[in-house]
Amino acid sequence: MEIENLGKILRQHPFLEGLPEHDLEVVIGCASSVRFTDGTYLMHEGDVANKFYLIRSGRIALETDLNARGTMRIQTVGPGEVLGWSWLISPFRWHFSAFAVSDVLAIALDGECLRRKCENDHDFGFDMLRRLAQVMERRLEATRMQLLDLYGTDAKVPS
Amino acid sequence: MRTIESSDFQRILDALVTRGYTLLGPVVRDSAIVIDEIRDMKDLPRNFGDHQEPSHYSLSQRNDGAYFGFAAGPVAWKKYLFPPRVTLFTAQRSGKGFSVTPGIDGWSPRKLAFVGIRACDLNAVAIQDRVFSAQEFVDPMYAAIRERVFTIAVHCTAPGETCFCTSMGAGPKADHGFDLAVTELAGEGRHIFVVEPGSAAGSEILEEAALRESTEEELHCAEDAVERSAASISKRMEIDGLPQILRENLEHPEWEAVAKRCLACANCTMVCPTCFCSAVEDSTDLEGTGAQRQRRWDSCFTMSFARVAGGNIRPSIRARYRQWLTHKLGNWVDQFGTMGCVGCGRCITWCPAGIDITDEVDVIRGNGVHV
Amino acid sequence: MIVEDTDAPAIVEEPPRALNDPMVVRPVNIRKVIWETDDTFTLNLDVGSLGDRFVFHPGQFNMLYVFGLGEAAISISSNAAQTRALSHTIHRVGVVTTGLAQLKRGDAIGLRGPFGTGWPLSAARGKDVCIVAGGIGLAPLRPVMYALLEERTAYERIILLYGARSPLDLLYRVELESWANENQVEVLVTVDRGDSSWKGYIGVVTNLFSYIKLDARATVAYVCGPETMMKYTIDELERRGLPEDQVYLSMERNMKCAVGFCGHCQFGPEFICKSGPVYALPRVRFLLDKREI
Repeated sequence: MEIENLGKILRQHPFLEGLPEHDLEVVIGCASSVRFTDGTYLMHEGDVANKFYLIRSGRIALETDLNARGTMRIQTVGPGEVLGWSWLISPFRWHFSAFAVSDVLAIALDGECLRRKCENDHDFGFDMLRRLAQVMERRLEATRMQLLDLYGTDAKVPS
Repeated sequence: MRTIESSDFQRILDALVTRGYTLLGPVVRDSAIVIDEIRDMKDLPRNFGDHQEPSHYSLSQRNDGAYFGFAAGPVAWKKYLFPPRVTLFTAQRSGKGFSVTPGIDGWSPRKLAFVGIRACDLNAVAIQDRVFSAQEFVDPMYAAIRERVFTIAVHCTAPGETCFCTSMGAGPKADHGFDLAVTELAGEGRHIFVVEPGSAAGSEILEEAALRESTEEELHCAEDAVERSAASISKRMEIDGLPQILRENLEHPEWEAVAKRCLACANCTMVCPTCFCSAVEDSTDLEGTGAQRQRRWDSCFTMSFARVAGGNIRPSIRARYRQWLTHKLGNWVDQFGTMGCVGCGRCITWCPAGIDITDEVDVIRGNGVHV
Repeated sequence: MIVEDTDAPAIVEEPPRALNDPMVVRPVNIRKVIWETDDTFTLNLDVGSLGDRFVFHPGQFNMLYVFGLGEAAISISSNAAQTRALSHTIHRVGVVTTGLAQLKRGDAIGLRGPFGTGWPLSAARGKDVCIVAGGIGLAPLRPVMYALLEERTAYERIILLYGARSPLDLLYRVELESWANENQVEVLVTVDRGDSSWKGYIGVVTNLFSYIKLDARATVAYVCGPETMMKYTIDELERRGLPEDQVYLSMERNMKCAVGFCGHCQFGPEFICKSGPVYALPRVRFLLDKREI
């Protein structure tokens, strides 16, 4: 894909909203356009985590295998959202599998490439971390709500 | 205003009995002055006084022959207007369905005469009237009993230590809502009642009794007795702006402090003349073919009061005490236009932990407690 | 067969009130029982014994009585315009609802109602409507959807965000699809956890806001579900700029008499059976933040 196009797409993605132009150039340098068909895996649990995805369209389910209880899907990620931050935090391995439940269009950012750039330019690094922190915070909040199992019959209020 | 000798007061009671009234009044039982059916002046607690303090109630001896020389006892008149247990309906299975008979069908409530009701309790009745007869739904049983009540109020001349009716604008003088009101003047060689009518029904009874006009001196004495009564009430509750203050202090540390003392025994709600919470109980007979629904008194202090599917809204005593107080002195105003408290002091007297609602209000207001 | 009631009264703001002796039940027969999920079922009732038609406002509830066992407050979940059909979707979660769950077609239950306030549909005319439902919360909102669709052109966008525990716990799946396909309703459904057969969204219902763009000033929101879920939803709606007075929620408390006598349903100064269960957010915001109120 044309660098020009990539730049346009990246500029529009909510995760990079407000990113200064020179930082955008940095990101473009690590970026490539990718596509996944419905029913394929983007990554498997335990794999080396080397990619960071900005989702443009489609839906991806995070799943884990619970052996006797089968496969459990605990989160979907959709347009405008991001997938995977294990590239940033050692030991750089995926904790979940990611399965496309529809055709998916995304921008893949090379993890190692991004990591190097963060270490070389701390201002850029800080901005990336801040954005990720926001995503993680929202994800944690939502996950906690899921944990409360509010719709469950046994969802007891402590008494 | 008329005057009647105490020895003749029976005539007024008789006139009511002739009209089909069941007389209810104070009687001594189990070392307390409660309310029960009476036939005669002799049934009244003559020469009894009471001594009340937080968590203390005892009777004392008087020597002036007064019939009403005491303050509020543990029983309130709501026992008759809003009985502790009533059957709302019965149902009978038939085939796959069932038929329902309202509890009020074929029920004829008695005519009741409340003899010796105090100003605080009259106000309490008016407050419960608002709850049961003046909102969008009317309790037909309450309405039926209520319209058959005749009241003989007594202006208090012996208020108790726990009384604070003056702060609530609810006494010691009854100023409305009665059929007859009396001031008892006993001692100094006489025993009379100065009587005033408060309604057409009351006037009718007075006319029939053909009492003499009260003298200036008697009127003056009666007024005086009530004024002295009011002056002797030392307990105070500052109610100005209180609902808003309570709304702003729902997390005040005092709720936690009082919760350490409160046993959630629900005594206060049982003796309170305005508390109206109830529970609905459905049950069947042993065969399972007949069912009934009953209403019984309930209390916001009980653990099950605020139970919901999967949990409990107010599991802590802190929350339940707060609910009771903020309802009575705050939310009640939004709901019914008045506070739910008349200053009768019963909750203070009958609290085994001696918790004093007026002290709690002082603390929440930031005034500290006057020891 | 449900007979369409063509001369049904227009849905009015003033909700109809129950009859004379408010604590006495009226027997009604169960016309049909439909199990929606393994712990949720719908009772279709025969309104014949109630005077042949039952009038209510979306958001109101009835007290349903099981002979000799007790009553439960259940929101009405049928179409208010069809006054000869009356149904309630019930989550089996306690003694009375378990009793209701054991009944069959032809059995009788007792009914009192309708009680409470309804969703103020007039506030949404000419505007976008965003309905947010969590779990059984979709049941009291279904009559809203029906009412909106009865006059589809009176409203702009209609958005339904619905969250359930798992795919097996979804209610009204067929209707969800028909609303999406036939009535220009934007329907987004999410579950808390899915399995390998579920290709929809997974996550809390508030996540779904990420996938729609709301015109905050021109949107009215109706929210119903567990209280915690409603609070999160309200925060999210606020984050997106919806004015407080355009957000409505349905509150729940222990309900015994349903007529403002027993005191159980109090929520601050509100008797939920009388001034609720539906409230505009400004009226109850202050109470929602408090513990154990």
